[in-house]
Amino acid sequence: MIELLGWVPLLPFLGFLILVLAGDWLSKPLTPWIGAGSVGVSALLTALIGAEFLNGAMPPYRLVLGSWMTVDNLSVPFGFYLDALSMTMLFVVTGVGFLIHVYSAEFMESDPGYARFFAYMNLFVSAMLVLVLADNLVLLYLGWEGVGLGSYLLIGFWYEDPNNGYAARKAFVMTRVGDTSMAIGLFLLFTQLHTLDIQSVTIQAASQWTPGTVLPVAAAALLLGGAVGKSAQLPLQSWLPDAMAGPTPVSALIHAATMVTAGVYLIARTHALFMLAPSVQFIVAVVGAVTLLMAGCSALAQTDIKRILAYSTISQIGYMFLALGVGAWSAAIFHLLTHAFFKALLFLAAGVVILCFHHEHNIFKMGGLRKSMPVAFWSFMIGSAALAGLPFTSGYYSKHEILLAAFQSSPVLWTAGCLGALITGLYSFRLVFVAFFGSQHSVIEKSPGWRMSAPLLLLCILALLGGMLRIPLASVFPVLTAEENLHDFNAVSAITVAAPFIGVLVAGLFYLTGTFSPQRLESLVWIKQLQRFFFSGWGMDAFYNMLLVQPFKTIARLNKNDIVDSIYSGVAFLSLTFHRLFSSLQTGRVRWYASSMVFGAVVIIAIGWLS
Amino acid sequence: MNGIPMELGLLLSAVLFVLGLIGVMVRRNLIMILMSLEVMLNATGLAFIVAGSRWGQADGQIMFLLILTLAAAEVGVGLGLALQIFHRFHTLDADSVNEMHG
Amino acid sequence: MMLILFYIASAVAVFATLMMITRLNAVHGLLYLILSLLAVGVLFFLLGAHFAAVLEVIIYAGAIMVLFVFVIMMLNQGQKTVDQERSWLQPATWIGPSLLALILFAELLIVIVLGGSAETGQLVDSKHVAIALYGPYLLAVELASMLLLAGLVGAYHLGKPMIKKTWGKKS
Repeated sequence: MIELLGWVPLLPFLGFLILVLAGDWLSKPLTPWIGAGSVGVSALLTALIGAEFLNGAMPPYRLVLGSWMTVDNLSVPFGFYLDALSMTMLFVVTGVGFLIHVYSAEFMESDPGYARFFAYMNLFVSAMLVLVLADNLVLLYLGWEGVGLGSYLLIGFWYEDPNNGYAARKAFVMTRVGDTSMAIGLFLLFTQLHTLDIQSVTIQAASQWTPGTVLPVAAAALLLGGAVGKSAQLPLQSWLPDAMAGPTPVSALIHAATMVTAGVYLIARTHALFMLAPSVQFIVAVVGAVTLLMAGCSALAQTDIKRILAYSTISQIGYMFLALGVGAWSAAIFHLLTHAFFKALLFLAAGVVILCFHHEHNIFKMGGLRKSMPVAFWSFMIGSAALAGLPFTSGYYSKHEILLAAFQSSPVLWTAGCLGALITGLYSFRLVFVAFFGSQHSVIEKSPGWRMSAPLLLLCILALLGGMLRIPLASVFPVLTAEENLHDFNAVSAITVAAPFIGVLVAGLFYLTGTFSPQRLESLVWIKQLQRFFFSGWGMDAFYNMLLVQPFKTIARLNKNDIVDSIYSGVAFLSLTFHRLFSSLQTGRVRWYASSMVFGAVVIIAIGWLS
Repeated sequence: MNGIPMELGLLLSAVLFVLGLIGVMVRRNLIMILMSLEVMLNATGLAFIVAGSRWGQADGQIMFLLILTLAAAEVGVGLGLALQIFHRFHTLDADSVNEMHG
Repeated sequence: MMLILFYIASAVAVFATLMMITRLNAVHGLLYLILSLLAVGVLFFLLGAHFAAVLEVIIYAGAIMVLFVFVIMMLNQGQKTVDQERSWLQPATWIGPSLLALILFAELLIVIVLGGSAETGQLVDSKHVAIALYGPYLLAVELASMLLLAGLVGAYHLGKPMIKKTWGKKS
């Protein structure tokens, strides 16, 4: 079975080709069969390969399909590499991806760009699979850019609205900043180590570089730049909330479950480099901690259901970075896995609410949807519980592991994580209480069909029980040295468990029982200002606008008539002037021509005589 | 030698040439312009004859012969054009036929 | 003797040309032009170019001028044209071009005077001309005949559309 690994990314790509080339001629019922079907077969293959892989002794499997380029001492094959890490990612991408495709089949049914949507989705899934399976960094980069392209196309899917195009460009440009850094990192690795194969890079870096010196620090920092851009971490996080302009399944697939976790995957994949650069690894942890707090605070102030989820995504990826930074590699990947389940669940449930509720995004206009939308309500309950990390949901296990590991590394990071957990509980249940409890403001339009409900139910189960999944990542990552001491921190453990409950409690007091009034709180001026500050995502957009966009615009305005171009337009202007001059000489009068010739003769003779 | 200085012959040629030139530039009647052109061609021919006479060579006369041929062809075509223009515009005014201007 | 004849013929040629370019009536101008051509023919004779002199009289003053006569008769220039010519020949219109032409003349004068003086009058008889024509100048003769043919065809075509028009009306 494992020999068929190549078909896993190939099938969605074939689906993309069919839909792109023949999308207009396919009948509408056939389109989702191709779009979701290709990913479905991929998921099936993955499951079969996974069963075989996990049952066996699990030596990493390598499959080379052919040579992409061979120049001098650079050789880049189309090679796939399967170990426990990429196996996990495969499960996430194909499994969650398939569920989201099935969901989209109903969600996008009335959209005129039905086939186009599935084509983009398939392209994205295919690129993501290439990314996680690649055995060398160049192929990984191909997938990396491929998912960037898919993300751009899907954010701007409803391109008639210029705002969506703007959001798509913003996402594309901001992630490109990180990608450039990553490309430079790849150049550095190649010039120093003369290979881009991930395994040989790992081995050679360990043997050639001493930890903490300039080269590994530079390489790790540059790769971190790429990861930060893709995973929407500080300072490149502000594109993700705007990326919610795309259709909701897109937000679920790309901006929650898969693409944004690519940065986490990259760091985990090249963890050997980061371990050679402890300072960069510490930065990873700090970036994660700061991002999770910032994004959590921003999520508190949002009213748009999808923006709340977007900020929560940034925050949760912050947790993963924190885990990576403290060396809890498998905890990070575990959280990635569970996060993919519950965040996809939340987004898809949000899609149900939005679709059935007049395309309304504002949670304060919803209210009381508990009874009219049981499926969405229970999905949200379970998803939010997992997001907040309430005990016995999947999120609890992964987040708990991360926080304990963080405590071992630094109590400050742990404090930030616990504070973040509290905030997570607060904002996630604020969303649930506001949107689903209280009085209903208006009636819903319709109920979701089976193609939307079934993926939700499946994801509910996964979000609840996903914590039981134990991916044997120990074969890939070094085990934390002090693992056995983890259980000594009883107080720490208790606080970690209690933090989200406090958040949920506060949210309940504010929005469920009405013991405290949010309005009274907002009447305080500094709270109001703080809320506005959080609402704008800590003013990052305004900051970048002032720092980069405005100077650029000013330069552009100053150079509106392109100084370099003025030479060429000057030539054009000159020839135009001469053209006008000469053309005015063409009077059509024979006598005028004769006189001109005489004048010319006079001048020529004078010249000949004078010289 | 018969005592006609060459520069006098050339001078006469120049005078006739300039007179023809003035005719071409001043007159508006197409027929008159053609006639002035004949004067100019003739003046050029005279210059060749003078030079041929100065050196005692036949080339001068041959050049005149060629100019004569040119004049004949030119007059044929030019008068044809004049007829055509008169037919279309009902005038021989060279200035009124300025449709082709830039 | 020759010099006196030269001066007389030159005076006649310049005078006739001057009259020609100032005549209002095209027929008068044409007559003065013929006079000028004949005077130049005399000059050719005086310069020893007998063959050229004969051609000047027969072809220039004879054949080519006859063409002009035909055309002028065809176009039937009447008193109306004379009045028009008078209105065209205002000093404002001719002073500028004349000055320009005079500048050119002055330049030519300087060039000629600076060129120094030499005697002319070496007789070149028609036999020598003929030998040169059908010797080294054979190609030029052929080309000249081509030119004449082209002129002939051109003149024929330019005259044709008038016939065509009457055709179109009839059919």
